[in-house]
Amino acid sequence: MSIAWFLVVSAMVFSIGAGGVLTRRNPLVVLLCLELMLNAANLALLAFSRMWGNGDGQVFAIVVIVVAACEVCIGLGVVVAMFRRRLPVDVDEMTELSG
Amino acid sequence: MAEVLFFIAGIGAIAGAIGVVRVANPFYSVLALVFHLLSLAALFLLLRAQFVAAAQVVVYAGAVMVLYVFVVAYVGGEQMPVRPAGGPALQIGAIVFAGALFVELVIAFLGSSLQAIDTDGAQYDPGFGTPGQIGELLLTKFLLPFEVASFLLLIAAVGAVVLARRRGGIIQQAQGTPLDRPRPLGTGTMAEAVGILLPEGSGLKEEPEDEREKGGW
Repeated sequence: MSIAWFLVVSAMVFSIGAGGVLTRRNPLVVLLCLELMLNAANLALLAFSRMWGNGDGQVFAIVVIVVAACEVCIGLGVVVAMFRRRLPVDVDEMTELSG
Repeated sequence: MAEVLFFIAGIGAIAGAIGVVRVANPFYSVLALVFHLLSLAALFLLLRAQFVAAAQVVVYAGAVMVLYVFVVAYVGGEQMPVRPAGGPALQIGAIVFAGALFVELVIAFLGSSLQAIDTDGAQYDPGFGTPGQIGELLLTKFLLPFEVASFLLLIAAVGAVVLARRRGGIIQQAQGTPLDRPRPLGTGTMAEAVGILLPEGSGLKEEPEDEREKGGW
């Protein structure tokens, strides 16, 4: 398979994730859509790594996985804190910091 | 063979992504993301990235998704918003935006005049993508990012504990136990432990309520 096909799949998954971030109101699902976008970036990184025959892109993909794990950790902590304070679990209702 | 596998895994990945975005119940969104991640791991294998595919399945589809399932079960479905955000204008706008982004990305990829983008990729070592090669790169060329990533994980773990811990005043105080009440001298926790609050004939008697209210002792 040529590398371009993988890049097209990556672009499609990234677009779907971006659309999901815009349309969903549940912070859990927004985090899931962010995961989609990070995974699309991972796929592009690995495709380019394969294109050059060089392992650097794979190390970069592993770093992206680490960053995604950290982001999930903090994001879910925020969701749990919102739930504990009886706040609505809804990104449109959380407007206190928006000025 | 590779083409068949690519199309199966690619269609699976895109279907999983659409499922994450469109399914109403967040629990099913998580399951769709697990399916998406497994399909993506198959794509990674096609790109000769064995170690990243294994890490994807173990770390992502295993550990991170278990965390998601726990939080979805903890938060529950009753507080989840049912209606979509912003009404039909935002829905259509988001679809248009996603389509435009896809077209732009494809133009950027395919119009990048990279010579090798239409090939199967360069020649690679037999050890390409194996744990040995990744480990060697992580400990030689990318030692600093490796250490920074470990430090980032530590910060995230501490931050999650700080964010999700119980704070005073948020959780209702538990009702006082009998041991917290003031009690007359001569009665103690040992007597209460065996279930005898005030034995008959011991000369001890329960303090009247009004004196207890005064707190004279």
